[in-house]
Amino acid sequence: MNNAYQIVVCGGIVPDPLQTLEPVTGPAGPALKNEMMLPAVLDPWASHALYEAAHLARQAPGTKVFLVSLAPKAKLQQVLMTVGQKAPFELVALDGPAGGFTEPFETAAALADAIRAIPGLDPARLLVFGGWESACRGAGATLQMLGERLGIVDQFQGVDELQLGADGAFTILERIDGGKHQVSLCAGPPAVLGWATGNLPEPKNNPQVGMANMRAIMPALQKAKPAPLPAEGVVFASVTLPKQQRATRIVKDQSPETIAAEIVSWIRQ
Amino acid sequence: METILLLVSTETDGSLAVPAFEAAGAAASLAAALPGSQFLAGLVGATVQPGADQIAACGASRFLAVSGPDFESSRYVSDAAAAEALTREARATIVVAPATSRWNRCLPGVAQRVNGRVDTHVTGVSVTGGGIGVSRWYYRQRMEAVLQRATRPWFLLTDPGSQPPWQGTPGTATVHPLTVTLPPGGARTRVTGVKEPAADAQTIRPDAGLLFVAGAGWTKKQADGQTHVPEAEQLIREFLKLTRASLGSSKSLVDLGGEGQAVLSFLTHLNQVGQTGSTPRHPKGLSTCCHGEEPHTVGWRFIGERRAISLDPNCGWARGKADVLYVTDAFAVLRHANALLQKTNTFGLLVSPR
Repeated sequence: MNNAYQIVVCGGIVPDPLQTLEPVTGPAGPALKNEMMLPAVLDPWASHALYEAAHLARQAPGTKVFLVSLAPKAKLQQVLMTVGQKAPFELVALDGPAGGFTEPFETAAALADAIRAIPGLDPARLLVFGGWESACRGAGATLQMLGERLGIVDQFQGVDELQLGADGAFTILERIDGGKHQVSLCAGPPAVLGWATGNLPEPKNNPQVGMANMRAIMPALQKAKPAPLPAEGVVFASVTLPKQQRATRIVKDQSPETIAAEIVSWIRQ
Repeated sequence: METILLLVSTETDGSLAVPAFEAAGAAASLAAALPGSQFLAGLVGATVQPGADQIAACGASRFLAVSGPDFESSRYVSDAAAAEALTREARATIVVAPATSRWNRCLPGVAQRVNGRVDTHVTGVSVTGGGIGVSRWYYRQRMEAVLQRATRPWFLLTDPGSQPPWQGTPGTATVHPLTVTLPPGGARTRVTGVKEPAADAQTIRPDAGLLFVAGAGWTKKQADGQTHVPEAEQLIREFLKLTRASLGSSKSLVDLGGEGQAVLSFLTHLNQVGQTGSTPRHPKGLSTCCHGEEPHTVGWRFIGERRAISLDPNCGWARGKADVLYVTDAFAVLRHANALLQKTNTFGLLVSPR
């Protein structure tokens, strides 16, 4: 049985979560203040998808991992200096906006074109990975649209685990409502998996992997095709930061007994 | 003129869950605010009549349904086929559905099939000057946008807990069944079951009245220079058992496990709230031993009343974010709180879920 896969991980970049974000209105619609100056990271859930792809590749010899990323290529290059040391992959870069106010419909179209153009791609062995949501738009919509464009109807979202069976089938755990996991059996590729956090820790930086990746990353960035996302048909009436600042009552110099009684009383109200 | 389709799935007994009623409320309000619009309901599930009867009086002029054993499980291929058929049959321009894991999984793909657009995690739907505006959050609940779209069909998935549920008297709905045949290969995926924590396990409980957030401080050295992780576990477990609260944790606490540090053994990524976790909706929240600034505090963006226990009076998690900040030792407070709860529960004063 051929257990080698072609795993395409789709992942964009997002501002470092520790940055303060402020919306501004630009000529093309809403954006972030000093967006190009903000330090960026690979989207957290897409990162998990990449680590899971690398893990699966180790289990299935011959598997190849591609990272398809749509982002401003200068920013992407910075992010890949770190990400490139985490896991072996081949980069397919698209040069376009990466902010939260882009359209999943348009992003999916650009990603589908880029994936179809990967030389030697076998659709029958294709696994499309990505984050189940992004840390910018947070819609959880792009992967499904991408899957539809690629003709893949076995799709899973909020995936925390993929177990490879001896017969080539997958057992997949998806997060569902109420803190539960749904267990599904999928006959095999092709499939789309939107990863939640999975179970793997973040791999340590491996300079050797980084050097191997970087040889291909730089040419891939140079070849990055422009992918303008005009966000047609959508109008943002407003984008605002939440203003509610609560007047916090600070309770000091009270005994734990008194505080406990107050908390219990409050819970029971 | 808009044609609004309410799209809901039924439970195994054919009834509707709370998020479906919330979506029904949003759809009915939208129809009422758009004079001349049409309002239809579409149901998917193994059996649908009980659910249709529950919302028979919601104002929908037609009840369409796709039902049968193939549509009992939450599965992309069958759900997408059913939703596509319902959308096309209704000629819907607006589709309103609850943002449950079932619909979140498939409706973006259905929007693609019908050349529409989709907005998930919608927290508000309004009509201004005849135009529909929806509210949703961006950058992990750090900014809120109101947007409008020209493209139809437009799929709106309303976040559970964000909309008032439709309330009305059940009746008898006339359901028009649609026949949907799964595409070849439709059986490639089979749902084999659900893994859920044991009834007394410490986990997230979306229906709980209280969210208890455990921070990394529980695993740090205490005043005596030692860590007290086993005692922290015992205190938290006891508190959760007595209050039936939902358990959340900060990312740092969840990540400590991956780094080989002492952690609370019952915490997983499923418990994580905040920037890379969930943003649950509960009437009340109590954070303990949490530290961090704005990116971490988004975890309780949608918590009603908030209280925090921390040794740091300037903690960014609490100051300006909580209604009350108790500057004290959480170990001592929980010890006393558990004793009090045990006592009151003995007298039958159980903490009520919402």
